[in-house]
Amino acid sequence: MEKLPIVSLRGVTKRFGDVVAVNALDIDIFQGEFLTLLGPSGCGKTTVLRLIAGFENLDEGEICMAGSRMNSIPPNKRNVNTVFQSYALFPHMTIFDNIAFGLRMKKYDKNNIDREVMEALDIVKLAGLEKRMPYQLSGGQQQRVAMARAIVNKPQVLLLDEPLSALDYRLRQEMEIELKRIHRQLGITFVFVTHDQEEAISMSDRIAVMNVGKIEQVGTPIEIYEEPQNMFVARFVGEINVFEGKVLRIDNGSAIVSIHGQSFEVQNRKNISEGQDVRVLLRPEDIIVFRDEAESITDPALAGRIENVIYKGKTVDLIITIDAGETIFVTQFFNEDQEDVVFREGQRVHINWPFGWEVVM
Amino acid sequence: MRKSLRFIYLSFVYLFLYAPILVLVIYSFNNTKYSTNWQGFTFKWYNELFTDGPLMEAFFNSLIIAFSASIVATILGTLAAVAFYRYKFWGRQVMYSFIYMLMMSPDIVMGISLLMFFVMIGLKTGAFTLLLAHITFCLPFVVVTVYARISGFDRNVIDVAKDLGANELQMFLHIMMPMLMPAIVAGWLLSFTLSLDDVIVSFFTTGPAFEILPLKIYSMVRLGIKPEINALSAVMFLLSLVTVTVAHFITKEETNR
Repeated sequence: MEKLPIVSLRGVTKRFGDVVAVNALDIDIFQGEFLTLLGPSGCGKTTVLRLIAGFENLDEGEICMAGSRMNSIPPNKRNVNTVFQSYALFPHMTIFDNIAFGLRMKKYDKNNIDREVMEALDIVKLAGLEKRMPYQLSGGQQQRVAMARAIVNKPQVLLLDEPLSALDYRLRQEMEIELKRIHRQLGITFVFVTHDQEEAISMSDRIAVMNVGKIEQVGTPIEIYEEPQNMFVARFVGEINVFEGKVLRIDNGSAIVSIHGQSFEVQNRKNISEGQDVRVLLRPEDIIVFRDEAESITDPALAGRIENVIYKGKTVDLIITIDAGETIFVTQFFNEDQEDVVFREGQRVHINWPFGWEVVM
Repeated sequence: MRKSLRFIYLSFVYLFLYAPILVLVIYSFNNTKYSTNWQGFTFKWYNELFTDGPLMEAFFNSLIIAFSASIVATILGTLAAVAFYRYKFWGRQVMYSFIYMLMMSPDIVMGISLLMFFVMIGLKTGAFTLLLAHITFCLPFVVVTVYARISGFDRNVIDVAKDLGANELQMFLHIMMPMLMPAIVAGWLLSFTLSLDDVIVSFFTTGPAFEILPLKIYSMVRLGIKPEINALSAVMFLLSLVTVTVAHFITKEETNR
């Protein structure tokens, strides 16, 4: 890869008293990408953002932007801007003055300020509201003002700290699309912090999954979802079912794994060896359910019983107890051609999955 | 039925509160020196009031002290409140509770302790010591008023201002000051009225050469209430009415936000 990182963090550590919020973290953020820091609350993702913005001083390591070291540069001298979760609009200023604040601090002349502010208002689709006060706007509109106030400064990097979490579901989906549009339109780098994996998956170019101050995995949404590198990522991003198994033998490229006495063939991508204890991970939508009453099955499969049927509109979720003990979560899509396929509570079923759809670790 | 009961009840409460003041205002127009009987309408006492040199001097002295003390207390108190909010320093909590303690401590204790302090450092009591004393007892009220507002702020607003390129001074002038303004005005008004009618602390901390209105009135009424005092009280009541109205409109504008 020839691209140079626009922001790079090397061995960044931040402590609050005895608590290590960020622990020797390394990451490169590239020009124009939409990078999401995803993790549970308290994992240090917001601290990373505040370190990049300059609101916190780091204890160890270094932060570079466009090649120069930023460690001791105060936030007002950094070419990044932040959109906060609480919006934090200036309550005593009109929308225009809110957005113009950054330009005024940089001593732009009046004509330039007028033009830039109007352009920013256009981008966030709030033209005409510039004379209002923040308290006169809805939450979604305030969110857009906060965006405009940041992007009007044309930062190299825009930092977004859970900007959508205060909005209701419909508005959030709308803003997700808006954010992507603004990102494409401006072509600047977005660093987005969220605990919502759906948000992360639908918007990001790359996701960094964080846990207790460290990055667990960095990758595209597809890589994170389909190829989680460890149990934390697998469990945090989406639902996952886990089966304990033992490798019986290795067949070039694939492995035979015994799960509850049944031998399943899995792909051997991680060089597992014979006799090893492994975990086989399956997403709910990757599992196939066979109803004992309707279909007979010859391939290896696990027998179980449907405990619960949850109708979701376009899908149906099944909670199935395997006879060997585990409870698993399965999502089935409705098949237009087989409208008579009905799942009932208490039904006997067998489950398995297509070869290669599993993750083994 | 319940509505009219409520009305009667409220009328009694307000009668109880305002009747004495009303009587005082009426008597300030009574054309007699000693009698409490109505002897006809006159502006005589107002005329006498405004031509009474020593009384007017005490009144102006009071205004000067009240203005200067409240302004100094407002500036110091606002800065103190900002410091309590903005910076985490050792002993911050303890210091803030000491501010509260000062507000609760009896005036007589404060008056005597200040007098002792001035005597100890060899400061002659007079206008200057009086000013220092008034600043001292006004200060906590400003700190508490401003701090109450500042602690309701979204802290991120400060970070945003920095993020958008403001330095500490610009942040204070463009963001904090305008947002704090209603509390600063309220703190100032409070200080001004506290200073204007203080008797106890002033009694200990002023000297014989510098007379202020509350002390002057106090010494005058010991010889009996002159109608002139009624007139003065009426004027002061009118002044405070105006002040309260102004304060009300300033805070009302704010709560609309």
